[in-house]
Amino acid sequence: MELIALKMLVGDRAKYLAMIMGVVFASMLITQQEAIFCGIMARTCSAITDTGLPDIWVMDEKVQFIDDTKPLQDTELYRVRGVSGVQWAVPFYKGLLKSRMDDGSFQSCNVFGLDDATLIGGPPEMVVGELANLRRADGVIVDVVGAADKLARHDANGKPIPLKQGDILELNDHRAVVVGICRTSRTFQSQPVIYTTYSRATLFAPRERKLLSFVLVKAKPGVDRAALCERIKSVTGLGALGRDEFRWKTMLYFMKNTGIPINIGIGMIMSFVVGTAICGQTFYSFTLDNLKYLATLKAMGASNFRLLAMITLQALLVATIGFGVGVGMASSIGKIFGGRTELAFLLPWQALVITAGVVVVIVVISSIFSIHRVIRLEPAIVFK
Amino acid sequence: METNMTAGHEIAVRCQGVKKAYGTGDARVQALRGIDLEVRKNELLMLVGPSGCGKTTLISVIAGILDHDEGECEVFEHNFLRMPQGLRTLYRGQTLGFVFQSFNLIPTLNIQENVSIPLLINRVKRKEAMDRAAGMLQRVGLEGRLKSLPSNLSGGQQQRVAIARALVHDPKLIVCDEPTSALDHETGHRVMELLRDVAMGKGRSLVIVTHDARIFEFADRIARMDDGHIVKVVEDAGQLN
Repeated sequence: MELIALKMLVGDRAKYLAMIMGVVFASMLITQQEAIFCGIMARTCSAITDTGLPDIWVMDEKVQFIDDTKPLQDTELYRVRGVSGVQWAVPFYKGLLKSRMDDGSFQSCNVFGLDDATLIGGPPEMVVGELANLRRADGVIVDVVGAADKLARHDANGKPIPLKQGDILELNDHRAVVVGICRTSRTFQSQPVIYTTYSRATLFAPRERKLLSFVLVKAKPGVDRAALCERIKSVTGLGALGRDEFRWKTMLYFMKNTGIPINIGIGMIMSFVVGTAICGQTFYSFTLDNLKYLATLKAMGASNFRLLAMITLQALLVATIGFGVGVGMASSIGKIFGGRTELAFLLPWQALVITAGVVVVIVVISSIFSIHRVIRLEPAIVFK
Repeated sequence: METNMTAGHEIAVRCQGVKKAYGTGDARVQALRGIDLEVRKNELLMLVGPSGCGKTTLISVIAGILDHDEGECEVFEHNFLRMPQGLRTLYRGQTLGFVFQSFNLIPTLNIQENVSIPLLINRVKRKEAMDRAAGMLQRVGLEGRLKSLPSNLSGGQQQRVAIARALVHDPKLIVCDEPTSALDHETGHRVMELLRDVAMGKGRSLVIVTHDARIFEFADRIARMDDGHIVKVVEDAGQLN
């Protein structure tokens, strides 16, 4: 009977394709919205993600997210180093500095200042040069996207020329020399990312009484990180968060204080409603078209359970194909445009699980009307 | 168990005082007003009468797909009304075959698959069901068209497929609703010959609802209905008037 159910479904090509298109449409848009949401959220905390070595970020206890820096006194570094269980602690500067472009305009850049001695907190991947080049005079490392786009020079025809090693930048009226090109995660505001040493970063930065943005901490082997965070808080009076905690704190801040979730959520809800409407209406229409045959099967001895199993199988086939094609299309769009444009696209497996759940809800809602109709179906209509 | 006999005939279906009404209040229509009827084993019984006289309602009750309001109706001594729904469906699937006026073949399945459906409903394995369907289609002369879709067959051929489907699971009772009304005279005649040749025997009974006086000659008995009653049961069509 299963094969018969599938043949009945596939045999009506127009309705079969319409049902699948409904699910494809919904699952593609929902997946895309989820991926964009995840992509944007990942960008909000890309600086934390890219700084892989430290276990704990120490900051002013009022800091709400990564860009909300409230500088500390340099002496706080030594207090943190004195906490039991700390293997090492290094200073980390994070700030937005302006770079003067060759046409006289300015470009805001995310500048990270790394510990002069260890260079801990550097970029996850070097494309040109090496991290140690930062020890050269006025040395900075620029991210590859920023170097090729927002910080690029332009020839006489206006064609961009990517920054390369040896090029000179003007950062907040200070001379900086490009000593390497790195690859980093994209930032929320898509500014170029520049790495330099902590001392040079504080030189580039506008004069302030306090300039230490964060203290990056590595726990000694075997030390519980949560307990160490608590110890740092109690000893120094500062805020201390594990890497993942800080990432979540940053993402939650953006979720709570920006319109991103509601805007994307509305898009997802609309996709769900439209997908359900298309799929449900077509599926019900398909069932109505087949009512005579379903009644015939019922008269010939097929139980309600078997007919429902047939409808469920048909719905599952539509769901599976629709989900697969929809997710495939969304992934392709992400693959094609994600690398070349500013499209924030990140598709974790959890997003696919959510899409699958939504697709199941769509086909369940779509089938409910059909199932109701079949259960109430009087086999005696076969003689009418 | 099936020892029910009347005047030397074994009885397949016995209806006594069967009443059935549709609707309520002013819209109530009494379709059956106390039907007394017996269908014998190995008998082809035709139910005839004007439109709206209750023929279709009666075969629906006999086939167990419509509940009557009063009276008794037993099919091989089983009373559908007293059976749980699941058992009734199962019994119907094993005991009855159906032939419909408009064939009711599923258009997206080939004729072999269509014929195999009653076997699949009775949980016969697919391969065996397909083999038996092919054998039955051979008996109705369609062995060369197993993979054809119903839409590629003539009306007469489709009705032969429907007959094969009604017989493939070897039911004891076949109910047919106007099996020749969609066919021309010659084709209808051949379909009836086929029904008699293939379906009769093995203690099987046929109940055929028809308007088509041209096929009365194939009946063992003819029951004439009018206004919800059986008004006459004859063995010769000539005795109807």
